[in-house]
Amino acid sequence: MPALDVRRRSGYLFLAVLIAQIVIISAQVSTKSGAPVLEAVALGLFSEVQRLGSVVVRTITGAWSGYIDLRGARTDNERLTRELRDARIALQQERALAQRSRGLQELLELRQRAAVQTAAADVIAAAATPEFRAITIDKGTLAGLRPDMAVIAPAGVVGRIVVPSARAAKVQLLIDRNAAAGALIERTRAQGVALGNGTDRLELEYLSGSAELVVGDTVITSGIDGIYPKGFVIGWIEHVERVGNSYGAVRIRPAVDFSRLEEVLVVLTPEEPLSGTSEPQSVTSSAGAAR
Amino acid sequence: MRFLGVVGALALALVLQTTVAQLVVRGTGAVDLVLVVVMYVALSYGPTTGLLAGAAAGLTQDALSTGGVIGIGGLAKTVIGYVTGLLGSQFIVAKPLPRFVVFYVATVMHAVIFMGLYELLQLREFGLPYGGVLSQALVNAVVGIVAFQAIELLPGAMERRSAHRGGMRVKRRLD
Repeated sequence: MPALDVRRRSGYLFLAVLIAQIVIISAQVSTKSGAPVLEAVALGLFSEVQRLGSVVVRTITGAWSGYIDLRGARTDNERLTRELRDARIALQQERALAQRSRGLQELLELRQRAAVQTAAADVIAAAATPEFRAITIDKGTLAGLRPDMAVIAPAGVVGRIVVPSARAAKVQLLIDRNAAAGALIERTRAQGVALGNGTDRLELEYLSGSAELVVGDTVITSGIDGIYPKGFVIGWIEHVERVGNSYGAVRIRPAVDFSRLEEVLVVLTPEEPLSGTSEPQSVTSSAGAAR
Repeated sequence: MRFLGVVGALALALVLQTTVAQLVVRGTGAVDLVLVVVMYVALSYGPTTGLLAGAAAGLTQDALSTGGVIGIGGLAKTVIGYVTGLLGSQFIVAKPLPRFVVFYVATVMHAVIFMGLYELLQLREFGLPYGGVLSQALVNAVVGIVAFQAIELLPGAMERRSAHRGGMRVKRRLD
């Protein structure tokens, strides 16, 4: 009898916990009012633990590799990596500037601004659930970060800020199933939308059937979503499939290796729209980058 | 003491999941260390502890996930904690092979509940990621077995466990 009671009690408890969670889910699904408070609070609290964990892991791995590696080679490697990173960032900015110089609209934009302002941040944690593609960085609202700011790396586009807390921020990676960015084939200027699908590749959709593209073409941000600055590298066309007169599956290999991100740049001043058109462009911004 | 142990193990798993796990296992079928700990706790302490650990761990993961609905992961892990605990209390799951099967099947079941709820509520499309789910199940099962073996190899662990079980039996008889 006591054993039966214990089983029955755990069954009741199971039922109670299930119902409680169904109530929680129902409340969120019906309201759909942005990021829940619990999410922001949990991020704020847990990011401190993640920061500590990251410091411990980095200290241990740093000490280990520093002990094993040849000091001279390591120093040289770090210097060269730093130089390469700086050069690639400069190249990205030059590319963005070069894009802006094309056409009358770009010329007008060039009058307003010259380069993007960025803030460097360290990646302190990956996603808590493997099904979601996100990272946590060690800068938050205290450093001027806001939701929907673009996050880039020397190689290309990383994602956008979704939930900032005071000293940390959650970044949705471009490869997340719910992420998207306005895209442009650099060679032919054909426009489309780069969509994440949860794997380490992206899909290019909404392409015109008459658009010309081949494997190896560079895909850059179009800036149409109002989040990612125009001209930054998304990746390269890896696979093209045509179905009749239109495109079937077009796969992009991202320029950024999302599994090896350590440092990123947050674009603090996203491209300002031309005066008088600020309202419509800001409305399209959030719809463009998140599905 | 058990409560603190479970909370500590879940917290450690969460920290490792967000810091080290992605460095060790890459790709779409990455390991879910928190789920492994929930299954371990359920197999070791029974359905009640398993479901409570699953609920707490799942809700925390939900709260830390981007754009996720708080409760879906919690619900999935609650079910897994409860069902795994029931299995552990009804059958002898003490050898590596039965444990492997439990870890593997429970991970697949977790993915079906988790992704199924998102698809059912039309909140997120996962498609049919067979490869990712099966490889995650494999990695989770291997990590789970290694964890069990490692903990049981600790000095005196087996004695403590059998003493604990003996104590429980005596208590039940007295009741």
